[in-house]
Amino acid sequence: MKAAKPIRLKRAFGPVVEGEALVSTEGFSPRYDLDRWSGLISRPGHALEGHNIRDKILITPSAKGGIAAGWAFYDIRAKGIAPKAFVFGVTNPVMVQGAVFAGITITEGWSASPYNLIRTGDIVRVDPARKTLTLISRQKARGYALHGKG
Amino acid sequence: MLRGERGRAVQEALQLQLEVGRFFGAKRFVPVSNVHMMGDIEVMGDAGKSFLERAAQSGAKCAKPTTTNARCVDFAHVESLKQDRNEVRKEQELIACLRRMDVITADTCINYQTLYQPHLGEHVAWGDTGTVIYANSVYGARSNFEAGPAALAAGLTGRVPAYGFHLDEHRRGTFQVNLKADLDDLADWGAVGRIVGSAHQDYFAVPVFTGVKRSPTADELKQLGAALASYGSMGMFHMVGVTPEAPTLKAAFGGRKPGEVMTVANREIDKVYASYDTQGNPLNLVVFSGPQQSLLEMKQLAALLQGRKVAKGSQLFITTSNGVKSAAKELGYLKAIEDTGAIVLEGVCFYILQNLPQMRVREGWSNLVTNSAKLANIIGAHKFNTILRRTAECVDIACTGRDVL
Repeated sequence: MKAAKPIRLKRAFGPVVEGEALVSTEGFSPRYDLDRWSGLISRPGHALEGHNIRDKILITPSAKGGIAAGWAFYDIRAKGIAPKAFVFGVTNPVMVQGAVFAGITITEGWSASPYNLIRTGDIVRVDPARKTLTLISRQKARGYALHGKG
Repeated sequence: MLRGERGRAVQEALQLQLEVGRFFGAKRFVPVSNVHMMGDIEVMGDAGKSFLERAAQSGAKCAKPTTTNARCVDFAHVESLKQDRNEVRKEQELIACLRRMDVITADTCINYQTLYQPHLGEHVAWGDTGTVIYANSVYGARSNFEAGPAALAAGLTGRVPAYGFHLDEHRRGTFQVNLKADLDDLADWGAVGRIVGSAHQDYFAVPVFTGVKRSPTADELKQLGAALASYGSMGMFHMVGVTPEAPTLKAAFGGRKPGEVMTVANREIDKVYASYDTQGNPLNLVVFSGPQQSLLEMKQLAALLQGRKVAKGSQLFITTSNGVKSAAKELGYLKAIEDTGAIVLEGVCFYILQNLPQMRVREGWSNLVTNSAKLANIIGAHKFNTILRRTAECVDIACTGRDVL
């Protein structure tokens, strides 16, 4: 496969991480949507209901939820069920403060929609220093066709 | 501080603030005069508690007055609500730990009504989104949403990175909302917040309200702000002729053109109420909470409930602060309310009550009726089906078990 051009990120914090993408068309809140004991997206009807965020790179358009989310990232990190990174379209300070406090990579804003390029299960890399999101390899098991030109 | 001369906790606090500031492109810090933080065992978990204990052991003290938000346990009701003793013990340890750090454990989410009213341009670091939007919009003070760890960091360092609502550029209006609705009840203001917030889920979206028919009360602005923050993740609004940074429409937009103009009339408000449905389940739980009730709201509830009884098989919960509850007791409002069989909890929010999911199953609750649009939004996380109704209608439902629509 030809290397895909990286998506530029507007703001970013944390170490470089590489892992399986979990792509949501719906916003995310660690308080409203997540079972904070298992890492499963538990809210009935959520676009990712039944998926586990553990060690994933969660790509989601927006942040939901209030101040209580700030402690939640630290909590799920300590329980070993945190994702490797949060890649938000738009976020709010609570998510950023929470992720920085927990030492989890977090980014906001993208130069192009990741939804055409990246599917759940693909391996991606987030590089906060370079502010890039790169598709490393396609998920093989389900053999998704590539939408973009790659 | 970064060199550690004020201890490890302060050093780590400033490092956290530097990283957050860097993320948002902050160029400097601004001093804050007041801090409000969320910290209780339900939201923090064991890891957060351990963090706090380490900070307290290191001798860290708050540099600025720091108060706490509503928590998950009212110690007078642990038995009746069958809350987990182990978690309750942790909550007590947590409170002791916060007090060692000189945190004022006031346990209220209406600090802006009961504890501290910042002035125009004053920088504060508040947590609980409802407190932030009220500070920014109604007082013209300046705060971002400060999550628990970030607010504590601000308490320890006495400053915050200058980004977001600390800067003039983010405080100008971005779109206009023409209010044509009558808005006679607190719940109507929350419904406006749901309509406007749901349509613009963006922290940096700042609605400018025009056309308001009369001067709104503090409790009405509280419901509006709490709902905007809850549905829209918003931290600020203007209301022309009402809020301090909006003497005129032009001033509210600060030279910008509104990105959009929307109208909220009675029809839109009616649609909000009609969107809730009992799903054929009993209406056996009514809650006034999120935000806690002010003394004026307690007075109104006392008048509506006077001489009535909560319906058999139903429960009515009201949450407020310790200070308001004490005053309500002196004034006789509390007796009028409690004589009906209602339960008044202090220092807590219903949404984060310890053991709420278990309570819901045990009590056979499915529907939750409330006049708070914010509560109707967030408590879905605990698998409640929520129903927003006007204040007097909520009281009628509590006393009859029947819906009004």
